[in-house]
Amino acid sequence: MSHITAAPVSRPVPIPIREILPWLVFGGLLSLLLIYFVGAEEGATSLIPGHFIHEFVHDGRHLMGFPCH
Amino acid sequence: MVGQILWRGMLAGIVAGLLSASFAFFAGEPSVDRAIAFEGAVAQAAGEPEEPEIVSRAVQRSIGLVTASVVFGAGLGGLFALAFALANGRVGALDPRAVTALLALAGFLSVTLIPGLKYPPNPPAVGLPETIGARTALYFTMVFSSALAMIVAAMLRAPLARRLGAWPGGLACVGLVLAAVAVMAFALPAVNEVPDNFPADLLWRFRLASFGAQLTLWTVLALVFGALAAPLAELDFSRARRDLNAAQPLAR
Repeated sequence: MSHITAAPVSRPVPIPIREILPWLVFGGLLSLLLIYFVGAEEGATSLIPGHFIHEFVHDGRHLMGFPCH
Repeated sequence: MVGQILWRGMLAGIVAGLLSASFAFFAGEPSVDRAIAFEGAVAQAAGEPEEPEIVSRAVQRSIGLVTASVVFGAGLGGLFALAFALANGRVGALDPRAVTALLALAGFLSVTLIPGLKYPPNPPAVGLPETIGARTALYFTMVFSSALAMIVAAMLRAPLARRLGAWPGGLACVGLVLAAVAVMAFALPAVNEVPDNFPADLLWRFRLASFGAQLTLWTVLALVFGALAAPLAELDFSRARRDLNAAQPLAR
């Protein structure tokens, strides 16, 4: 009884950057594309011709703080 | 693991978008309607022909608002989840919910509040169509620079805390963010395109509703994402500290 050791403590490790990186590219692009369509499409720049998307998300664009027309 | 985190973030963002849209509907839509009525009255007085309605007001203020808010929420939730994957375990021995709360606070301040103070949200009838390109570029410049300042400060916190002590190091980081965004805010041009005779109370109410809707979005995103991420045991960095505390009485 001279030596009592604590139970081994499992130490979690942060998710390695190289594991995050592919998701950062995929998820980041997808997320930015979603934000772009709500925030700027058919306003300052336009990928799809016309004004439908701009007019459809109009109130949300104003209320989420993006510059609109 | 990162995929698990990503879809949880987007789901949390969708839920947050729904609640944010309901706040925006009740608090903001009356102001949007008033601003559109003002715009119409000005155009009529100037003898301009009525603009064709591509999407009806009824659709814009209901399903359009909800769709915009949910899609924006999903996008923000995705970026939030990726930021969480990078931050968790790198900002200290914290519970994932605590990491989430800190990230949401940093996100609200740097992505919503700081850019919103320089370039505040505007209702319809405010803003000239010919300056939309410049205004959009300025707004996103402010968003990206304040977010970048926040990220750099968060990365400097640990080394500064080691060098200066925890509290002074933290204060130095806050000072760095404030200095960086103050320089940006002074350097970038001001935008004021509020028409003459535009009701001041309407502008105030609209902006308050916009900040409220965005605060709702960040808050619900943090709470829902925290609840969804907490059960993933490998993300819990407070566990190591708890295990150590529990083991100490044995060791004595």
